[in-house]
Amino acid sequence: MSSTETKVDDLVDREYAAGFVTDIESDTFPPGLDETVVRAISAKKGEPEWMTQWRLEAFEKWKAMSSPDWAHLNIPPIDYQSISYYSAPKNPDDAPKSLDEVDPKLLETYDKLGIPLLEQQMLAGVAVDAVFDSVSVVTTFKDKLAEAGVVFCPLSEAVHSHPELVKKYLGSVVPVEDNYFACLNSAVFSDGSFVYVPKGVRCPMELSTYFRINEQNTGQFERTLIICEDQAHVSYLEGCTAPMRDENQLHAAVVELVALEDAEIKYSTVQNWYPGDDEGRGGIYNFVTKRAECRGARSKVSWTQLETGSAVTWKYPSCVLLGDDSVGEFYSVAVSSKQQQADTGTKMIHVGKNTRSTIISKGISAQKGQNAYRGLVRMGAGAENARNFTQCDSLLIGDQCGAHTFPYIEAKNPSARVEHEATTSKVSDDQLFYLRQRGISEEDALNMIVNGFCKDVFQKLPMEFAVEAEALLGITLEGAVG
Amino acid sequence: MLEIKNLHARVGDKPILKGINLSIGTGEIHAIMGPNGSGKSTLSSVLAGHDDYEVTDGEVIYQGENLLEMEPEERARAGVFLSFQYPVEVPGVKNIYLLKSALNAKRAHQGQEEINPVEFLKLVREKLKLMKMDEAFLHRNINEGFSGGEKKRNEILQMQLLEPSLCLLDETDSGLDVDALRIVGEGINYLRAEQRSFVMVTHYQRLLDHVRPDFVHVLADGQIKASGDFSLAQRLEKEGYEGLLAEA
Repeated sequence: MSSTETKVDDLVDREYAAGFVTDIESDTFPPGLDETVVRAISAKKGEPEWMTQWRLEAFEKWKAMSSPDWAHLNIPPIDYQSISYYSAPKNPDDAPKSLDEVDPKLLETYDKLGIPLLEQQMLAGVAVDAVFDSVSVVTTFKDKLAEAGVVFCPLSEAVHSHPELVKKYLGSVVPVEDNYFACLNSAVFSDGSFVYVPKGVRCPMELSTYFRINEQNTGQFERTLIICEDQAHVSYLEGCTAPMRDENQLHAAVVELVALEDAEIKYSTVQNWYPGDDEGRGGIYNFVTKRAECRGARSKVSWTQLETGSAVTWKYPSCVLLGDDSVGEFYSVAVSSKQQQADTGTKMIHVGKNTRSTIISKGISAQKGQNAYRGLVRMGAGAENARNFTQCDSLLIGDQCGAHTFPYIEAKNPSARVEHEATTSKVSDDQLFYLRQRGISEEDALNMIVNGFCKDVFQKLPMEFAVEAEALLGITLEGAVG
Repeated sequence: MLEIKNLHARVGDKPILKGINLSIGTGEIHAIMGPNGSGKSTLSSVLAGHDDYEVTDGEVIYQGENLLEMEPEERARAGVFLSFQYPVEVPGVKNIYLLKSALNAKRAHQGQEEINPVEFLKLVREKLKLMKMDEAFLHRNINEGFSGGEKKRNEILQMQLLEPSLCLLDETDSGLDVDALRIVGEGINYLRAEQRSFVMVTHYQRLLDHVRPDFVHVLADGQIKASGDFSLAQRLEKEGYEGLLAEA
């Protein structure tokens, strides 16, 4: 028996392909956090006074808060004074205006990651915003988007170009004091993407942001804000990677989505932060607050995520279904291998009448990985005829890993219906042997089984990225066959 | 084709095969019969390379190669096919995907290109018709929710497509009704060829009425106790294992 288990372990063992460091001159703040640092970040961005004040208020609130510890996670205390809160490639002081102005080394980095900005711009018809450490380095396809009336730019730019929108919506979905990490982010957020789709517009292409942490001892605190006016429609994808470092690095992002009447937002994530080594050294702490408000009637928000990286993942992309007949969806594949820990899930808060939500969560645990699904479905008193369907499946590879499910249900309206299904299964030696007996290699057999398990979720990814997701999952679970 | 010499194998500490000697010539059909627990299924699993069994002695030469040193997928690509007694379910993976991957793995091994989709579909349809299976089978998940008979037909369908050199059939007749047995029998017969050998492991004679073997062996307590032609199977049916083994 033990020989086959080791074999499966070997199979899921692999090198982190995105683990290189880019040697690039950068402008990095010394570690530490106080009011001066918050002001300095704001000054770096040339922010207006209202923005600086917003940050400072957040910082005051954060100082009074303490780090939460309720998750099914084992995390050593984080020293917030040892982190640098700002790092930017030392290019001209102002951000590059086109690809030609971007440091070639940076472009090389994105190339290595399989994100050829130029090519993607030309061929795929996907608009890309790339965030390197703390700043957005390039946004492609701006012109074409502008024609349609869509705004897609770094948040730091939107503060200047669309201050009224930023003032109105920033912090309106995730309040500054919502939680410890969101509050920290509000004080020190560096950059991120801003998307505004005006009334009646279907965004003509997929929007995509790639986040990359490069500098050592740097935290990444990006902030994304997406607003869809009435009948507007957008599909957005974010991807994340980081170099291999022996120290843990903190990533505390905030994502806010606002969908007005009949609007639809599809938000997909392919997260491949560095997971740490076999002994659990290094890796990214991925503490993210993602929340959507379906404010208008019949609006719809769909979260799809593939989480393969990070040492610790702690995130619950949520939907607050305010508008009548609004719809929230959450489709997730979370992989934890090596010593990775993931505590992820969603919250569906039903407020409006006839609101509907669907949750499909697939957790894969291998080696010493620990995977927890944590979900809340709340049916408010006014949520007449609201419905939820939840399906949580766990797949175990080997016998040292773990899967845990924590579903919370609160129903205050008797007409609301909540369904919950959960399964746990194991990749069996018999399955592997059956496929191998048909001539399929052990690695391919494992991939086949795992991809079959994830199919329901991958089908929800935009087509261009479904292939990427399958490949990434393949790489994640691939390794030398013993 | 296949030369088994003094093969010993065990599960954990328990010896199951205790010195099997068997020679399978090219184009021959051998039936291996025996009571429950005699080691019949173990033999086919060991030949296919299942990890649960540890070979403790003996050797197996397949087409001049040491079979026991090959990984299960290498054996498969080299033309060894096992029709499982209990075909395994793989949720979420379509049957057609398995068929295509398996065929392409074999083709790659033979230095051929991947089969083009049109040609593949044509080939599969032909085989489906032969096995009297509906095209909907292709888009169902591998063995998931299949009846016992459907699973066995699916095994033979794969065998048809892969055209192996050595077909190991493990209790293929179990769980089949009369009609399914006939279809499966026809499917096997269709593959009979000069360059192809069969080893049919079975408890009963009923499959042998459809697929007439050249040789019949009786396996008991991990050893081959008697060998003969088809008449041995007929005697077994009459006298039962106890009677025959008492004589031997």
